[in-house]
Amino acid sequence: MTRFKKQFLAGPYLLWIIGFIVIPMLLIVYYAFFSNGSFTLNNVMAITDTVNLKAIILSLKVGITSTLLCLLLSYPLALILRNINIKSQNFIVFLFMLPMWMNFMLRILAWKLLLSKNGIFNSFLVQLNLPKINILNTPQAIIFGMVYDYLPFMLLPIYNSMANIKKDYIEAAQDLGASQIRILFQIILPLTISGIISGVVMVFVPTLTSFAIAELLGGGKVLLIGNVIEHDFIQGMRWDIGSGLSFVLMLFVLVSMILSNAFSNDSKEQKGGNVIL
Amino acid sequence: MKKNLIDFIDISKSYGDNLVLDKFNLTVKENEFVTLLGPSGCGKTTTLRLLGGFETPDEGKILFDGANITDLPANQRKLNTVFQKYSLFPHMTIGENIAFGLKISKKSSSYIKDKIKYALKLVNLDGFENRSVDSLSGGQQQRIAIARAIVNEPKVLLLDEPLGALDLKLRRSMQYELIRLKNELGITFVYVTHDQEEALTMSDQIVVMNQGYIQQIGSPEDIYNEPENAFVADFIGSSNILNGTMIRDCLVSVLGVEIPCVDEGFGNNTPVDVVIRPEDIVITSPENGFMEGDIISNIFKGVHYEIEILANGYTWLIHTTKNADVGAHVGINVDPFDIQIMKKAEHSDEKAVNIDDKI
Amino acid sequence: MIKKVFSNLYLIIMFLFLYLPLFVLMILSFNNSKSRVVWGGFTFKWYHRCFNSETIMSAFFTTIQITLLAAVISTILGTLAAIGISAMKSKSRAIYLGATNIPLLNADIVTGISMMLLFVKFTNLSFVTVLIAHITFNIPYVILNVLPKIRSANKYTYEAALDLGATPLFAFYKVTWPEIRSGVISGFLMAVTMSLDDFSITYFTKGPGVNTLSTMLYTELRKGIKPELYALSTMLFFTVFILLLLLNFRDSKKARRQ
Repeated sequence: MTRFKKQFLAGPYLLWIIGFIVIPMLLIVYYAFFSNGSFTLNNVMAITDTVNLKAIILSLKVGITSTLLCLLLSYPLALILRNINIKSQNFIVFLFMLPMWMNFMLRILAWKLLLSKNGIFNSFLVQLNLPKINILNTPQAIIFGMVYDYLPFMLLPIYNSMANIKKDYIEAAQDLGASQIRILFQIILPLTISGIISGVVMVFVPTLTSFAIAELLGGGKVLLIGNVIEHDFIQGMRWDIGSGLSFVLMLFVLVSMILSNAFSNDSKEQKGGNVIL
Repeated sequence: MKKNLIDFIDISKSYGDNLVLDKFNLTVKENEFVTLLGPSGCGKTTTLRLLGGFETPDEGKILFDGANITDLPANQRKLNTVFQKYSLFPHMTIGENIAFGLKISKKSSSYIKDKIKYALKLVNLDGFENRSVDSLSGGQQQRIAIARAIVNEPKVLLLDEPLGALDLKLRRSMQYELIRLKNELGITFVYVTHDQEEALTMSDQIVVMNQGYIQQIGSPEDIYNEPENAFVADFIGSSNILNGTMIRDCLVSVLGVEIPCVDEGFGNNTPVDVVIRPEDIVITSPENGFMEGDIISNIFKGVHYEIEILANGYTWLIHTTKNADVGAHVGINVDPFDIQIMKKAEHSDEKAVNIDDKI
Repeated sequence: MIKKVFSNLYLIIMFLFLYLPLFVLMILSFNNSKSRVVWGGFTFKWYHRCFNSETIMSAFFTTIQITLLAAVISTILGTLAAIGISAMKSKSRAIYLGATNIPLLNADIVTGISMMLLFVKFTNLSFVTVLIAHITFNIPYVILNVLPKIRSANKYTYEAALDLGATPLFAFYKVTWPEIRSGVISGFLMAVTMSLDDFSITYFTKGPGVNTLSTMLYTELRKGIKPELYALSTMLFFTVFILLLLLNFRDSKKARRQ
């Protein structure tokens, strides 16, 4: 087959892209900017309504907090996993990645069970003669669930980038007199920036946009932007507003992608910088 | 008389069941170029890593300038290492790489600047301060690695097969550069390699190692001309190594032929190893040699011809500048001075190198 | 030494954080009492109920059907697309890869809604629309797994086979296929994983009465927690655990052989 003919193999995929990716996206844009055939900004500007604004701000808060928590928990974990010096290292790493492959509803179920009013967590508090607390149905519960759900997605890229650091770099730094702390901050951290960034993206986008975790652990009482959009489409049939908000959400995702790209380019460019001291 | 700088005393080290060094003893003197030479797995790299502080011995101790450094962590030792490859920090410029150790020891910025300039000049890479690591070739990276180590003014520079990843031509020129550096800096170099040519070119002292034991220590000339056992002879250059019997002083029997030699003191009818370097064998007419045979191959190697002659059931390797025809029936001869007689290996570790399959 | 203690402690804490909820779930799946705290004796009844539940079983079989169909179709389409893309000039290749990235990077909820808008406009939401949606988000994973294999494969062996008289199909099967097979398989496995785990996109594109495990669980969990679900979780966990262990074991065995 010639090179030219070979390209036709991608033909079905091209149709698929147009039919099921491009046209649907255009539909969102259409519903967002046109009502009854005339152009409008009302749907996109709906983001400034008090309820929606509150929701997007809360979403950003939840997303950023969950992402940071995932990062703070995973980084030391990845460091420790990298340094395990035994044959079972692969198995231990496997154990920490395994929850990632569990259906995510089931993982939420597990947490809902622990945190529920009559759950283990509260009966433990009662045992200690402490008052029961109702964590469920609060933003804290949502953050808990999100950190639990997305931790492996942060851990995996960070661990991979850490495992890729050649032992020689660490030993060379030791050889030149560097302490453990200096090695962590001047060698390991800069060399794992790319892993951190892809971890942050992999966690931030879903935590920003998720609605299921908020619905189940927030008991419908906490509204994130995802929940607002879901309500607009499934319950309210307000497709125009829903599309407008979806469009805004897409912009947020786009901006975070651009930011993360800029960040990873920055860290690459540093190599060519001329800072000596 | 030079002072002892490094002493390995009864060092043993094993990984799991694998004993890498067994009661290892070695002394390195000040201002020497010492090469640890041996095949992979002989313990040479482990020796270097013990010295660098990346491993701790199971037994024994290491003295540096008389002080015990056995348990001193790597970052507190007054020596620096040039690693095999990929050891330059990829996220730093060349200048930052070189400055790394100096910043740790809190040198002033003007001092660091001068030092970087000086070190780059020393390795012939002036003006490379702001270049990134991946814009450099392998040879240049390795020279920066050397610069990064020597700016810290270590008393000893450890080099772990630093030229292993380079091509032949670059390796040659780097060898000369290393010799020049050593003379300019006046410090001790401990060099690890499996390349015998590298060892012979650069070293003041060569330590030939195999399976965790030292086989021979000596100057390059000693090692090449007077190998103490079959392993050393085989490892240093290609050789004809044969089983022989010392009939009496100055007469050895090889492949059923008695040949005069110059060695004495082995006793009568003692089994020995006989080593004859390929360049010491002369091709003659059949009746003039101590043995006759047929030329089975002839390869032109540029400087010399590499000829194989099958005689008395053994394939002799010969390096000569005179051409010869494959298939020709010839004789081979050797000067008694060029026959090296060695007593048979006694240690199990020496036997581990099976030379019998050559015969 | 202290460092070692600290890191081990941290490992244990993180391990408990990840697994304690799952262990509680497993223990409760054998608990005769409906209580979430009191142990009422050992029982298999929740497993019985799980297998007898129409809702759970139909969601289970729908999930299997969707997952396998979507994975097979997206693997075929994705592999063909990867071969086609690899033959393209850099400009059109960039366009294709850019489009491939959209469902990967976009928020699931937006992808789901966009497809829902399309389906509602031109047809009805049903089993088929879920299948189409799954194929759509699976194809990029197949392409991203296959493309590097095609790039690293030897360009000339395929042409050499043609030169020696092979038909294109025979040359593909004998020469190209062995070189890209591992990428196709990992693309397929990735597609299976993504389909099994997806919730948001399925949620927006499913027709009435069509439920995968994810959407069924969502509906059930909004109502409350039924002990049957503990049994389901326990079984799914061990299925995944064993499958992944086998897969990893096979990989490391292969690696050792090489």
